[in-house]
Amino acid sequence: MMAYIARRLLAVIPVLFGLTLIVFFIMALIPGDPATAILGSYATPENVERLNRQLGLDRSLPEQYLIWLGNLMQGDLGRSYSLNRPVLDEVTERFGATLILAGTSLLLCSILGLLAGVVSAVRQYGLTDKIVTFAVLIGISTPSFWLGLLLILVFAVQWRLFPASGMYAIYGGGDLPDLLRHLFLPAVTLSVVATGVIARLTRTAMLEVLRQDYIRTARAKGLHESRVIWRHAFKAALVGVIPVIGIQAGFVLGGAVYIETVFQWPGIGSMLVTAISTRDLLLVQGGVLVVAAAYVLFNLLADVAQTLLDPRLR
Amino acid sequence: MAVASAPPKARRTTPWSLLARNQLAVAGLAVVVAVCLIALAAPILPLADPDATAPANRLLPPGTPGHPLGTDALGRDLMSRLIWGARVSIAVGLSATLIAAFFGSLIGLVAGYAGGRVDNWLMRGIDMVMAFPYILLALAIVAVLGPGLLNALYAIAIVNVPFFARNIRGITLGLARREFVDAARLSGKGHARIVLTEVLPNVLPVIVITMSTTVGWMILETAGLSFLGLGAQPPQADLGSMLGEGRRVLFTDPHVSIVPGLAILVLVMGINLLGDGIRDVLDPRLKSGALSRPVARTAVLRGAAPEAPAHPGAVLELQGLETQFHVGGSVYRAVGGVDLHLQPGECVGLVGESGSGKSVTAMSVMGLVPTPPGRIAGGAAWLEGTDMFAMTDEDVRLRRGRDVAHVFQDPLGTLHPLYTVGDQIVEAIQAHAPLPRRDAEAKARDLLALVRIPNPGERMAAYPHELSGGMRQRVCIAMALANDPKVLIADEPTTALDVTVQAQVLTLMDRLRRDRDSAILFITHDFGVVSAICDRVAVMYAGRIVETGPTEAVLAAPAHPYTDRLIACVPVLGDPDRRLDAIEGRPPVVNALPRGCAFADRCPRVRDDCRAADIALIDRGNGRAVRCLFPVDAPETGHD
Amino acid sequence: MTEPLVTMDGVGRVFGGGKTLFGKPLPAVHAVQDVSLQVGQGETLGIVGESGCGKSTLARMLVGLDTPTGGTIRLGDTDLVAEGRRDPARLARRAQYVFQDPIASLNPRKTIRTILEAPLRHLVGLSGDAREARLEALMAQVNLAPEFLDRYPHEFSGGQAQRIGIARALAPDPALLVLDEPVSALDVSVQAQVLNLLSDLKARLGLTYVFISHDLSVVETVCDRVAVMYFGRVVEVGPVDAIFNRPRHPYTRLLLDSVPVPGRKPNVPEDANTELPDPYDPPPGCAFRARCPWAVARCATDRPALDAGPHAAACWEAPPPEAA
Repeated sequence: MMAYIARRLLAVIPVLFGLTLIVFFIMALIPGDPATAILGSYATPENVERLNRQLGLDRSLPEQYLIWLGNLMQGDLGRSYSLNRPVLDEVTERFGATLILAGTSLLLCSILGLLAGVVSAVRQYGLTDKIVTFAVLIGISTPSFWLGLLLILVFAVQWRLFPASGMYAIYGGGDLPDLLRHLFLPAVTLSVVATGVIARLTRTAMLEVLRQDYIRTARAKGLHESRVIWRHAFKAALVGVIPVIGIQAGFVLGGAVYIETVFQWPGIGSMLVTAISTRDLLLVQGGVLVVAAAYVLFNLLADVAQTLLDPRLR
Repeated sequence: MAVASAPPKARRTTPWSLLARNQLAVAGLAVVVAVCLIALAAPILPLADPDATAPANRLLPPGTPGHPLGTDALGRDLMSRLIWGARVSIAVGLSATLIAAFFGSLIGLVAGYAGGRVDNWLMRGIDMVMAFPYILLALAIVAVLGPGLLNALYAIAIVNVPFFARNIRGITLGLARREFVDAARLSGKGHARIVLTEVLPNVLPVIVITMSTTVGWMILETAGLSFLGLGAQPPQADLGSMLGEGRRVLFTDPHVSIVPGLAILVLVMGINLLGDGIRDVLDPRLKSGALSRPVARTAVLRGAAPEAPAHPGAVLELQGLETQFHVGGSVYRAVGGVDLHLQPGECVGLVGESGSGKSVTAMSVMGLVPTPPGRIAGGAAWLEGTDMFAMTDEDVRLRRGRDVAHVFQDPLGTLHPLYTVGDQIVEAIQAHAPLPRRDAEAKARDLLALVRIPNPGERMAAYPHELSGGMRQRVCIAMALANDPKVLIADEPTTALDVTVQAQVLTLMDRLRRDRDSAILFITHDFGVVSAICDRVAVMYAGRIVETGPTEAVLAAPAHPYTDRLIACVPVLGDPDRRLDAIEGRPPVVNALPRGCAFADRCPRVRDDCRAADIALIDRGNGRAVRCLFPVDAPETGHD
Repeated sequence: MTEPLVTMDGVGRVFGGGKTLFGKPLPAVHAVQDVSLQVGQGETLGIVGESGCGKSTLARMLVGLDTPTGGTIRLGDTDLVAEGRRDPARLARRAQYVFQDPIASLNPRKTIRTILEAPLRHLVGLSGDAREARLEALMAQVNLAPEFLDRYPHEFSGGQAQRIGIARALAPDPALLVLDEPVSALDVSVQAQVLNLLSDLKARLGLTYVFISHDLSVVETVCDRVAVMYFGRVVEVGPVDAIFNRPRHPYTRLLLDSVPVPGRKPNVPEDANTELPDPYDPPPGCAFRARCPWAVARCATDRPALDAGPHAAACWEAPPPEAA
């Protein structure tokens, strides 16, 4: 098992390299001259050339990539021109906030989705199943950013139960209860779609598993139905659902872009939107790279969890 | 040999009629069609100019004359903007879907069909793209290309290519190794032709399913990019950018953002409902209703039940057992009145071809026939004088595995893949005996030794996939013996095994039943296997027993023409020159059984009487009975 | 034996193998090893063995669906492997295949007409009326009514579908028909129909059959000569009556003793010594040694080769053909 985890960890390295490659070349594709973009259209040709040399832009692309990669290894992601501070500092500062939001959402959607899926499969065609199925349909059809706006209107403006934006109260905040109060609305909003997806898939997987011959064997042994459902069927269904939870990590990390904007959560998502509109490409690059790396690690966790569960994969 | 004539042409349900039966899908279709029609008609509808600003009329509430949905912060008519915006959103979502589906399917088809290195490289590339969180990659692409509706479309399409590629590759991979692809190669078709004419038609439904389930997503994603100001640029509006504009006046005039949001919700929900409907129609697994969840015990819906067993000494007796499957409007009488009894320690073989109802008979005893669609419609199953069909679910559960245990056909599918064989046997023991874990484990080891598994201690920790087929079946037998059952129901336990392994397992089962005095109901299609282990045999045809008697007597002198022909049409080792007497025709379908004898259409001895009325099982003495008016050993009087 | 139509010489097939990027060897399975067999013109050669013995892989190589990694196969005067690579259609005109699963070998989305037209169009080059006439002749050959042509595969029973599979194989008028377990997916009452049809066709069309099966009683009924395979190799080959009545190899004897025969009690030990050797790590010497009642010390180190003669066996302890 340890050997497997080690092998999986090793296999992540080329993926991470691939990520840097894609990110670098996407940025290299940008039309126009970065130096002119930075210096403005009134820059003198000499200044542009000097900056190009400084940025290493007079070299070939593979060379540029290697230099950029070398800098990356040393934690140098460049300097954000719009914020005038190192990209790494800004990104690490904001990544924590995103991780709190995305992690909470992921936890929420996994628990609720699995539970709803199992219950609706076990009560197939019953009232519970119909309610869950309908709720799931609404969940996956709602634009999450709009749902965020609605929740703000109802819970923050009308009923004043939760704050409408930010991560901590400006005055007197900063403790855990304050964080949780601020976290509630964005985390719920962010998890709605993923909950729907997981619930749907769990239901299908459970229905699929419950038809298998080994479930008939379990019943033929005289086991309690609850044991058949949870110990035999649910565990087998989980093997198929876990990779999807891994993929949901991607949707949640990506969806954070909208939700952070709506709730003004100080994470990487809202940073990226601002950076794109100000065309601060180094900041975009750094943000994308860090979130993508986080996603790769989430998927690695899902993979390991799946292997722990299913001996056939070892 | 007679020329087989064509069966009556099956009434083929068209996909449309199937879709029409799904009310939710029809509702979705109605919404989608309505929205699309309105959006298409936008140029000819009497709408205000969606981009004409009128500062004097800014932020009018819904219901204002001339502005049924009100106006936005620049005084533009929301109704008009909504319809024109929906037009843009649908167009972009659909185009993105088509682009992604085309390129994704192409990659998937090529990778799946070519396999090997091509597959490896293509899929590595796809994995790279998928290593980015979905929306993030779209953002990065828009960041590079610059904000704009067309760029958003490209971005959404690109990030969805891997989704199609992976789905289609998976299906293609399976299809490319199917026998009909090999057959096409041997029919002289080249690779390109095979992909286009053999594989693609089978992949197409999956492409359509994937498209119909992703188009809603794509619309949501485009709306999202526009909401962030990265898609549609002012003054042009799509539903997402309207939401983005509305957000600025959210607290004072929520209608400006609620209206476009609701429009997206309704549209996407309609698309998703329709998509689910399309998936249900095109996915063959769902078509057969196979995804219904079987409940813990077969439903018992019988009229008058037999009052007392006819064979009081029997450990198990089936009396007039009827088991049916209700699918759609038709009733399949899989078991149509079976009488069968097992004396303690006796082994009875139940022989028949596929579809004869032998397995359903066996599964009915302990209520293991899946419901839906199965149900027990009549008769009784007496277990030592108690009717199993009259018991509560809990009483049945307590007897499963304790009094009556099962061994099934495919030993890989019947063991749980995620638990060790030791765990599974221990679980069987503890289900009926409150032994501590340590004692149960010791007992499980003894059971494994009993079925002659070498190194039982080590094998306790093995998972089913680590064992050979023969070993797995031995584990299943050990598990069935865990609670010393009075009856063992073995459903084709050796059919999936190689012939040398089959012989060993049969020898093992024969010894165990003699040592432990368990009665066995042994289901098989092979008279050789029956001969090896069974004391008595019952032959089933079309859901009923047509002949029963001591094994040797029935094999030596079969009385029913079906038994006779069934024995004659199978080659027997050591007798290669015997002419194989094929039985022409096919068994009747059990949802349209003929009057009288079900074998009449295939029987060489058939007379008019055979089709006149139901034929009873006639006792012939010496424990033999036959359901035939003109048995084989009787003289064929009056027959030309 | 008559003039050989097919000559296999030292045929082998290795799956996997090769090296990783870093030069580490990958695991390899020798599915078929060193098989030398001949099939006479007009004869039926049976190939029997249990699952995983390599019989299906061998069968696929005979029609070019798979390529041997060693040895040669000749079909008449031509090199079958080279022809399969150079011009698969030309090979398909002479050697055809009938699949185990009759339903799976028909594309579910095509009518029987489209399926049967493919070989006539691509292999024979027939069109128009000539093709139509040939279609009906083919259907008549396998005893199916021409109305069947416009049906889809799912409307057929297994036996009917297998007859269509046979009609397709017959379409280009081949000399050799490789039958891969053609009746094992069928119900017993239907098996005889298909077996009888095959024997009629052979007599009528002068075909040569290679008949792959795990069912010894079927093989005994159908075949002229039989090759027994174990763990990728031929362990015994000879005329059918010699193999079934005077088997020389202990594995053949075990197989014959294991077949359940009506009226005979099995006399096989119940112990589980049936494990096949690990295909990734084959033992030296004879692969059957661990299960063999005759095994001697030499069997563990030296692999016996197939001896010479019409009834050959690969066993150090095999009795001479007449004495067996």
